[in-house]
Amino acid sequence: MIAHAIFFYIFSTIAIISAIMVTVSKNTVHSVFFLILDFISISCLFIMIGAEFLGMIMLIVYVGAVAVLFLFVVMMLNVAQQKNQWFSSANNSKHIPIGLIISTIIFFELIIVIGGWKYKPELFNNLNVSTNNGISNTHSLGQILYTDYIHIFQISGMILLIAMIGAIVLTFRQRSGVKKQSYFKQISRERSEGVEIKNVETNKGVKIDD
Amino acid sequence: MINIGLGHYLTLGAIIFTIGVIGIFLNRKNIIVILMSIELILLAVNINLVAFSIYLNDLSGQVFTLFILTVAAAEAAIGLAIIVVYFRNSGTIRVEEINKLKG
Repeated sequence: MIAHAIFFYIFSTIAIISAIMVTVSKNTVHSVFFLILDFISISCLFIMIGAEFLGMIMLIVYVGAVAVLFLFVVMMLNVAQQKNQWFSSANNSKHIPIGLIISTIIFFELIIVIGGWKYKPELFNNLNVSTNNGISNTHSLGQILYTDYIHIFQISGMILLIAMIGAIVLTFRQRSGVKKQSYFKQISRERSEGVEIKNVETNKGVKIDD
Repeated sequence: MINIGLGHYLTLGAIIFTIGVIGIFLNRKNIIVILMSIELILLAVNINLVAFSIYLNDLSGQVFTLFILTVAAAEAAIGLAIIVVYFRNSGTIRVEEINKLKG
């Protein structure tokens, strides 16, 4: 129990600090690195609490795919020259106090909700980190994911497919002035438009390019 | 303090959610950081779902965390594609200079 508490505080402190650094960091590349650190510490928390499949999936999906995608876009767009501006310029900073007020209101609302959960003791009577009676977390997740939630699973696959098609369509660019081979034009050429028969008169020859 | 319960995880989720909201409100640098703040918010939601799923001994929360992960990946891909197209068309992704809609 002591070790659980110590690791929880270590990982959650790292997660909170790196989340703050994502927000306030001046360099966008540093923000992406702190985002990776945040994901890693949260997935360590997931593994620690007993959801090891989700922790590993978060490592694969977020750190392996999403964060690398962010890094690619940051480096492609060359936003490194904008690292000197911090939050806002001084002339139009009137949104900062409003944003802070709204954020604190949201935070206290969430805290009140959590406190409300704490005052319902009958929910917490049978709370213990379950050992899942011999079956691993991945096994039991797979047992309900492909039976009870199969339709939602397929719909999420469709969401990924649509996202892929959308990203390709959005970033596809037709360049002008690039010579390309057109198979349809090549194959559908006929003899009548490719070959021309000319009567060549004697001693005059024929002009080819006219 | 030593007994780590559901409230600790929910508080961690609330803190990260609030940091994400602050990042969206206060950011004037570029849109990529706003997308990262949205990822932070989704991460906080995932923390809440997983904590409830473990402590209530119900696996549906983890299944829905999986679906939220899917949606987050799709959203990041589409958002970054839109940002790339916008940068190609207008040459900037600073939040202050994006005012074509006059909002």
